[in-house]
Amino acid sequence: MLEIDDIQHFLLTRTPALAARYEFLKFPDAGRGRAWLSTMREKVGSGKSVGEQRADARWVTVAFTWSGLRALGVDEASLATFPEEFKQGMAARAGVLGTTGANGPEHWAGGVTSPDLHAIAILFARDVPERERCRDEHQRFVGQCGVEVISSLDLEAIPPLEYAHEHFGYRDRLSQPVIEGTGVAPTPGSGPPIKAGEFFLGYPDESGETPALPRPEILTRNGSYLAYFRMQEHVGRFRDFLRANADTPEAQELLAAKLMGRWRSGAPLVLAPEKDDPALGADMQRNNDFDYGKMDPYGYACPVGSHVRRMNPRDTAENMQRRKVVRRGGTYGPHLPDDAPEDGKERGIAAFIGCANLTRQFEFAMNVWANDPRFSELGNERDPIIGTHDGSYDMTIPKRPIKKKISGLPAFTTVRGGAYFFLPGLKALEFLAAGGAARA
Amino acid sequence: MAQQDGSKPAAMAIPKEGYFKLEQGRFGPQFPRTPACHGFTVIVKVKPGREQAVRDYGKTIEEAVKGSPDVLKPLQLHYLRWVLFDVGSGLHFMYQGIFDTDFDKYIEDAIALFNQTGVTSVFTNLEGWPDDWKTNVPAVAKFFHDHQRPSFLEYGEYPYVTSSEIKKALKLKQKFSEMLDQMQ
Repeated sequence: MLEIDDIQHFLLTRTPALAARYEFLKFPDAGRGRAWLSTMREKVGSGKSVGEQRADARWVTVAFTWSGLRALGVDEASLATFPEEFKQGMAARAGVLGTTGANGPEHWAGGVTSPDLHAIAILFARDVPERERCRDEHQRFVGQCGVEVISSLDLEAIPPLEYAHEHFGYRDRLSQPVIEGTGVAPTPGSGPPIKAGEFFLGYPDESGETPALPRPEILTRNGSYLAYFRMQEHVGRFRDFLRANADTPEAQELLAAKLMGRWRSGAPLVLAPEKDDPALGADMQRNNDFDYGKMDPYGYACPVGSHVRRMNPRDTAENMQRRKVVRRGGTYGPHLPDDAPEDGKERGIAAFIGCANLTRQFEFAMNVWANDPRFSELGNERDPIIGTHDGSYDMTIPKRPIKKKISGLPAFTTVRGGAYFFLPGLKALEFLAAGGAARA
Repeated sequence: MAQQDGSKPAAMAIPKEGYFKLEQGRFGPQFPRTPACHGFTVIVKVKPGREQAVRDYGKTIEEAVKGSPDVLKPLQLHYLRWVLFDVGSGLHFMYQGIFDTDFDKYIEDAIALFNQTGVTSVFTNLEGWPDDWKTNVPAVAKFFHDHQRPSFLEYGEYPYVTSSEIKKALKLKQKFSEMLDQMQ
């Protein structure tokens, strides 16, 4: 039985937020950290409270780095029981993720690679004025507690606001795993619900086993891990690339779709190989109802190396139920209108990938699906959208009679930040705030 | 990487560590792809009295593949060689596999498959196999790393060719023969 009254709402519910603010925090000492958490935890909604009543606007989420747990007083013996990748932190795992070169942690913004990064407060809000209210309130509050804000990031949905999409214009939030025990029915083609242990600690996972909890159990039961990922999108470069490689606006749209595996409307290429179908893209009952193995084995519709086919190979990969993650986040930076030239401002996506095992789920996706040049025997390709690029990789678009190969794909994105956090349950927050960890 | 010429034999001498440049994978160093593809040679001491149990798994795998020829497909194997030997220090089991994926990249998939086919069970007869192997992938990965003996020379008469490319070529040959038959 999923304890949704103890699990933070973040991975269980999708709030109708159009704005957000991320605050990266340092606790100068355990006392001030606990003082901050004592009040903050009252603002954190559970899966039950936020899920049942949309009026519950406590869309606050708090999570901690390994050094943050130490700063709050968790003892060394307990800290040692956390998984190695979480202890090391994302920056130390950059080689594993493939986020090197221009994507390397030496270039990351906002002080997120510092061991002084202890916690993050994720403030989701219905709109910008509400976000500003939350931001002011939190600012006053951290001032009172003596907690330090290392950096922060404002996020806002970009126009048109009717549907979620990112700066390149692709519709987002189409494939989300359904967690067993939440009562949500998967949309057609999305596969069966996934065991809760793939996302929350203390439950059986898809192996049928319940992995051992890091200690103490009160701290880790109903918790999850979050990989924070800030990725700049080079919109001007992306549009220039489309124009340079396709003659007509229609051909440019098709090329954009081939890179992604879906049209910008969200319509999957497998179901709409020749022409966009916006109604299909918007229809959650239809827009995931396809496979690759039977419907498009050679990638004539959806290239094997396209973003969505790499990041969710569906029936063409093994043990897919063990690789799923929950994604949360949004866009930051100003919208670049279609007819505007590149303005040099930073814009992109700042997201969280939630799971029970960073190595098996998040790191695998980055190491193999995003950045392994030999993925699916492609030979010399990386994910065209989120892979690490330096102009030396290709993109193959299968086509009869002869495939089209684009050599020297530019980097459409640059990783600008990342960190690993532990997202505790509500009782765990109480335990940390009360200094229980120090007494345990 | 430039396209390799699969018809030109190639050999590669490998440093003692088993790799040229240390590249960390999710569970430890990643080993290079050689003219003989990816692969490993794992040599582990057998627990006393378990020789027959280990030998019996040969039959288990034979039956599994007979019943479902694609059962080992996810491992992208070329060959498996299982050997039992004793050179004076007790009975040892050698598991040699030649395959096309970096084992570390897909280790969870490999373990899941091992569980389904009974390959994992053969390891329970070996010394050092972690008791919590079902839930502790890092411990299993460490077991393989600890007992792997990297090659110092690998050779391929048709280097860098994947098993899927070989199967495609054989299929093409068969289809071509059929086409010629139809032309008679």
